[in-house]
Amino acid sequence: MDNSLPVSDEKASMQLKDISWWFLGLVLIFVWAIYIFLTKENYQEAFNFIKIGIQITIKTSLIAYVFALMLGLLAGLGRISKNLFFNNLSRLYVELIRGIPMLVLIFFIALVGVPMLVDGINALGVWLTTIGLASIGETLSGFGNKAFTMNGRAIFALSITYGAFLAEIFRAGIQSIGRGQMEAGRSLGMSYGQTMRHIILPQAVRNVLPALGNDFVAMVKDSSLVSVLAVRDITQVSRLYAGSTFRFREAYVTVSIMYLTITVVLSLLVQVMERRLRKHD
Amino acid sequence: MTESHDMIVIKDLYKHFDSIKALNGVNLTVKKGKVIVVIGPSGSGKSTMLRCINHLEVPTSGEVWIDGKHLGKKEKELNAIRAEVGMVFQLFNLFPHLTALENVTVAQKVVRGRSKEEAEEIAMKQLIRVGIPEKADAYPTNLSGGQQQRVAIARSLAMNPKIMLFDEPTSALDPEMIKEVLDVMLDLAKEGMTMVVVTHEMGFARSAADEVLFMDEGLIVEHTTPHDLYNNPKEERTKLFLSQILQH
Repeated sequence: MDNSLPVSDEKASMQLKDISWWFLGLVLIFVWAIYIFLTKENYQEAFNFIKIGIQITIKTSLIAYVFALMLGLLAGLGRISKNLFFNNLSRLYVELIRGIPMLVLIFFIALVGVPMLVDGINALGVWLTTIGLASIGETLSGFGNKAFTMNGRAIFALSITYGAFLAEIFRAGIQSIGRGQMEAGRSLGMSYGQTMRHIILPQAVRNVLPALGNDFVAMVKDSSLVSVLAVRDITQVSRLYAGSTFRFREAYVTVSIMYLTITVVLSLLVQVMERRLRKHD
Repeated sequence: MTESHDMIVIKDLYKHFDSIKALNGVNLTVKKGKVIVVIGPSGSGKSTMLRCINHLEVPTSGEVWIDGKHLGKKEKELNAIRAEVGMVFQLFNLFPHLTALENVTVAQKVVRGRSKEEAEEIAMKQLIRVGIPEKADAYPTNLSGGQQQRVAIARSLAMNPKIMLFDEPTSALDPEMIKEVLDVMLDLAKEGMTMVVVTHEMGFARSAADEVLFMDEGLIVEHTTPHDLYNNPKEERTKLFLSQILQH
């Protein structure tokens, strides 16, 4: 390459391939969306109807993600644990979840898993009553399926599903830290758990932050699946709107733009975070 | 306890990895305040023996006592004993997400239960001792190899260990940094620390060691004074090894 070219010539040699056409496309879509929402009454109406679901979509995603993080960390630690029971249980969990489509899992957990759990709690309550702990026992045996709202079951289902994905991210993160770190911690008298907490996990989590962020974006999108449980997220509300007005185009353009806005903003945040982490290395 | 009491006692130590027989019956007693240098060809079991002393590597069979305490299977007891045995690694193994000062304080707080202030005060004393108090707030990536190894030594010393184990502490260092690490180790030896040092630094062995072990094929082949080892080695294997490393 000729490095002696003056700067102005380099600028002039900017080619079509150097432009981020995809980004320009995104911007155009957003400009168009703002235009139609400002000028077309049908779209305004659709937007105002569907926006009531935004709160549920964000709340469901956020709460489920926090639970998924805890579950994923636990199962991730299990996958590398020397404790055979904990290790195999975690592996079984991950394999089960990864082997079943998410939509089926959501139906299963919400409509089969939760009733089974309720039956279990009831049985425990009956048993506690017979051994004399009537006060706790009767509360537990009085639990009905209605105690668990569909919103709650949706969060439960998403948490369990994403917990398995996050477990693999945490496992990879922990395994990316060299053996010497654990040895150094142990040689100073720290226990396995203390070394994990103070030495390994802070480094591992930092390494997988971008992956965790990407999975949050994915979860926001997959939260649309809970509409099958009649949870009134933006997907479900747009289906209701389309069904009652037959304005399918307005409904699905609106809901698509809403998801796109959330995910593009989140993806940009993940990218900024990634770049900042790299700078500190 | 006896008058010059035994700091480390190793009895019939065997360590077999899947197909490799790293240790084949090692017996050793180290008195308090002694500096033991371990030499031998690579793969002779030097590092494995060192790592078995604090059970970082669990022996296949055999027993180890540290200051009269037997190393068993109970994690809690092992952790307590490990806190008394400092270990310095070939590749330093500093914690990269913590500053030099934090590297030295973390185990003090977690294991010894010291307050932040107390731990930092002790950490600064140790950093002064190894000669780099000005690097307290630096992260390991911004330190030279020699500086990193000195922080690693300070990190171990802050736990007030009874014994220090060194696993080839200068092998990963550039030549001009070896001296600064060896000087710290020499000071420690003079202060009466019980030390077991795996190293190829013959100068250090000559000036600091009370005893030298020559290991080969998982056994202690020769156990004598530095003077005798260099001037009249008894075993053929020792002679061969010394002729190879002292040639240049």
